[in-house]
Amino acid sequence: MSDMPKVTYIEHNDVAHEVEVPLGLSVMRGAVDNNVPGIDADCGGECACATCHVYIEPEWLDKIGLPEPGSQEASMLSFAAVTQPNSRLSCQLQMREELDGLVVRMPEGQH
Amino acid sequence: MSQSDARIVIVGAGHAGGSAAALLRQYGWKGPITLVGEEPIAPYQRPPLSKAWLKGEADAASLALRPDSFYPANNVALRLATSAVGIDRTARAVALSSGEALAYDHLILALGAHARKLSLPGLALDGVLELRTVADADRLKAALGPGKRLAVIGGGYIGLEAAASARALGAEAVVIERESRVLARVACPELSAFFQDYHRAKGVEIVVGAAIEAVEGSGGHVTGVRLSDGRLIGCDAVLVGVGAAANEALARDAGLACNGGIVVDLAARTADPLIHAIGDCTHRPLPLYESMGRLESVPNALEQAKQAAADLCGRPPPTPEVPWFWSDQYDLRLQIAGLPLGAVETVLRGDPAAAQFAIFHLDADERLLAVEAINAAPEFMGGRMMIGKRKQIPGKKLRDMSLSMRDLAA
Repeated sequence: MSDMPKVTYIEHNDVAHEVEVPLGLSVMRGAVDNNVPGIDADCGGECACATCHVYIEPEWLDKIGLPEPGSQEASMLSFAAVTQPNSRLSCQLQMREELDGLVVRMPEGQH
Repeated sequence: MSQSDARIVIVGAGHAGGSAAALLRQYGWKGPITLVGEEPIAPYQRPPLSKAWLKGEADAASLALRPDSFYPANNVALRLATSAVGIDRTARAVALSSGEALAYDHLILALGAHARKLSLPGLALDGVLELRTVADADRLKAALGPGKRLAVIGGGYIGLEAAASARALGAEAVVIERESRVLARVACPELSAFFQDYHRAKGVEIVVGAAIEAVEGSGGHVTGVRLSDGRLIGCDAVLVGVGAAANEALARDAGLACNGGIVVDLAARTADPLIHAIGDCTHRPLPLYESMGRLESVPNALEQAKQAAADLCGRPPPTPEVPWFWSDQYDLRLQIAGLPLGAVETVLRGDPAAAQFAIFHLDADERLLAVEAINAAPEFMGGRMMIGKRKQIPGKKLRDMSLSMRDLAA
């Protein structure tokens, strides 16, 4: 069993995918690299498309935090489909040790 | 032959081809998938080539669409550094440069586009470059640095992004544009003027309305570009960025209809029921504009990859998207949604002096057709929503900053 940090991605239909995401890689790349459905990441992580939108599970919200006010992410996120207070753009979240075990949910659609 | 044995061959391992392979597996395709690519590396993203890659801010891993391990892990056979040289639609096989014939049950053409070439004396000199592949980008990167001077032929996105990156690396840049303004083909005059002013303020020389006589050199290496008015622009390297043309020859030779791109429908199907085409190589319907055209963008490559994969896997087609595009130059993020086809009115919202504004394009019925936004993500996102909904909106509302884009788009 490796020591690499893990993230669980839960699709809108409740299908869960637990994958290893190396430190420093974005939560978005963790999904894309493992072909997890539900995160589109059209712009490849440039914060230009808002299609890597995820909901952070409540117990992880403190560690993840909210988008920086006035940031590109905050602007883009406000227009993503069905945003909630725990919405983040996953291309802006880098894996850190303390995020090992992170759980995120994907919205019904990214477009 | 059962569905689970059916073989898919994807010709072209760029953004569209690579994405199609991944989506097919995601959507449950079980049969063999072979991805054939001319370049010696696995699918990667081209947008960073004119930006982060040149500036040394990206590496191979960050450029890759997916890690190398993805392909064997998902049973996608990668045939790199391999060209397709012919399609035999009767035998259902693709002839490869290796001499093999690769049999298919379904074929996806993701052939991409190539940099247009000029016909001018001097283009074979060392140091005359184009920018399409990572190999091209490495050559360009090697030519840039403090004290170096880059002459860019073509004031389009490639040229302007490269000029901005050159400045970031301490090199000088001169952009030579044939039309009366940069971005003439793709942006409105107001946006062109904004970019010209911004680049000039960053030390880029922009020469518009220029005709080129020749590229000149010494000892086999480029030394300058001579304009038809006699002026010589000295340089250490030349980047030719005068547009891209669809790689349609393979399809045309196989008898598939082409029109500045392989003709496809909204499910990325060609007239051959066994062949789809996706990405930069296609001529496709533009449903919001009741016309057809070629879209040169990453979002288009992805959308058509989804269309083809959905069609093959029996899923409903994705909802057609509003075409969109982005370009980063200096600290400017340009985001464009829609196409200004049939636009009769332009509306400015925001403050160009603060480099934060958007230009909206409306038709005669005040329907929003397109938006060009600079550092104005709400205008881009809200505008894109409105374009998709075919929303009519009076210009004076768009101009009014006290009305939020969220409210306007609702």
